[in-house]
Amino acid sequence: MADTTITPDTTAPDRGNAYGQSSAPLSPRRRTRARATAGSGRMAALLVSPTLLVLTIVVFYPTLMALRESLYGPKGLDPKTGFIRTTEPFVGLRNYADVFGAAGDRFWNAFGNTTFFTVVTVALETVIGVAMALIMHRAFRGRALVRAGILVPWAVPTAISALLWRWIFNSDGVANAILGHQILWTTEGFHAKVAVIVAEVWKTAPFIGLLVLAGLQVIPKEVYEAARIDGASALRQFWHITLPLVKPALLVAVLFRCLDALRMFDLPYILIGAQKNSVETLSMLAQNEASNVRFGPASAYAVLLFLYVLLMALAFVRLLGTDLVSDRDGRKASRSRHRRNPAARRAKEGRAA
Amino acid sequence: MSLTAKWRNGMLYVGVVAVVAYCLAPFYWMLVSSLRRTSDIFDTSLLPSPVSFENYQAVFDPSQGFTRALLNSLIVAGVTTALALLLATFTAYAMARLEFRFKRLILTLIIATSMFPVVSIVVPLLKLFTDVGWINTYQAMIVPSMSFTLPLAVWNLTTFFRQMPDELEHAAMIDGCTRGQAFRRVIIPLAAPGIFTTAIITFIAAWNEFLIALSMTNKSAMQTAPVAISKFSGATQFETPFGSQMAAGVLVTVPLVVLVLVFQRRIVAGLTAGAAK
Repeated sequence: MADTTITPDTTAPDRGNAYGQSSAPLSPRRRTRARATAGSGRMAALLVSPTLLVLTIVVFYPTLMALRESLYGPKGLDPKTGFIRTTEPFVGLRNYADVFGAAGDRFWNAFGNTTFFTVVTVALETVIGVAMALIMHRAFRGRALVRAGILVPWAVPTAISALLWRWIFNSDGVANAILGHQILWTTEGFHAKVAVIVAEVWKTAPFIGLLVLAGLQVIPKEVYEAARIDGASALRQFWHITLPLVKPALLVAVLFRCLDALRMFDLPYILIGAQKNSVETLSMLAQNEASNVRFGPASAYAVLLFLYVLLMALAFVRLLGTDLVSDRDGRKASRSRHRRNPAARRAKEGRAA
Repeated sequence: MSLTAKWRNGMLYVGVVAVVAYCLAPFYWMLVSSLRRTSDIFDTSLLPSPVSFENYQAVFDPSQGFTRALLNSLIVAGVTTALALLLATFTAYAMARLEFRFKRLILTLIIATSMFPVVSIVVPLLKLFTDVGWINTYQAMIVPSMSFTLPLAVWNLTTFFRQMPDELEHAAMIDGCTRGQAFRRVIIPLAAPGIFTTAIITFIAAWNEFLIALSMTNKSAMQTAPVAISKFSGATQFETPFGSQMAAGVLVTVPLVVLVLVFQRRIVAGLTAGAAK
């Protein structure tokens, strides 16, 4: 749903090539695309439809259900069964309007927390991740070891890492022992936010490092040699060569992390607890409302979070422009071709630099 | 080696150690804590003394239901991975090899679904599953998990299939295979490493899932391992059994860490292919 609005213009040139007038000469690069036939179309439909069907059932249909549901409730409990009554009052947009009313405090608090966590953690992760990538890129001995090491935080389930940090941040835990202070990290307050941020950054900074490292490894050495000959300092090299060339990989990583941070749930839920003002995120709020069978408001919060994520994704796509969406196929095609032809790769990347 | 080169090398070494320490220190702390006796769980020494497996025994105490939780996790993550791989292999092949209308739109849509906030689908599905009596069932956890594992698998496999030269299939088709036969006999065996890598990444994602498993269960017998561990109870209500939590955490994490260590090169290839083009 996110990209239906952007895809038409980004795909247009491509489709023009593949499906445009057959009389139009096809560029040699697109030659393989001309294979499109009615037969392959049918086969594609056959191969793709199971996935689309499943995603319709588990994503698109629930999203529509959430939209509908958000217009109903809040409904009473049936005193006999403890379950909700089957009839829920239609309230229109009241669940959304309530967000701006007196009862909206909890929503805006969660909204603020979500935004705060996203901005702070992604910023820290990016800085630490890039630093890690630069170090790993230079290290020749033990690179495999380092790479395996940075995968460990990624592989630890978030729920387990939350318990781990809860233990570290315990009042008698190792964090306080190292700091020599008695801080009640996992109680309400700003320090609870700090605990969540530290734990989140630990888990995800290595991931950004990994993606940036992948970006660094495709930068040809010649570019740096040329810069060194021209007398550029290490800092200038980083700022004017490394950063621009690694930018596409970095931006994709940052986009992914942002979207992921916006739906943060496990970490604050386990590390600090449910219904804690200082760390409650939108996901936690929606889940909490739903588990208390207040499906109407829960759905409204979920829809609002969904819109927030969507907006963020669209903003990024706008910002990234062609890098993220439209160039995906083209670059991959040219890359895999270059892999077989190192000379061409060097020539092209040299030009790009 | 000149002095500056030596100094640079030294700095690099320090940097590498810092990175590894940053990543592993908390994990090491989990390991060490799990090996302490309950009586000296609050020790802050770097090595447990004496080493004790008390916490591991406590984890497998029948009252915690941890074995069942592990089994639940294995079933949910395993079935999710198998289903996602099966569907994704077909779709990814079409994405990588066939030319059809709306291909890019479909791929973008599939990828975009993996970015949806899980809670937006959990809330309506929770209501639906409550109505049809699916709460505390495996399918109530497997079906929603497809929402993020399927796009992940499609994306990863598409990248792997694309990296394989077209010529292989052309040769097979010239030799008389149909496209389907070429796919089964040539592509699948050759793509096996890629499929395997995708399986690991998908499995880890499904294994780590918490929100769905938490929302769709209220019976402890149906909880997955992460949910069960987070609900471990101590001897008294106000005591958090950190020792057994750490031990259970180690048990849940070590298989993944071993997978990561053995297949790190492949996993890195899979992750970076899927995310940073």
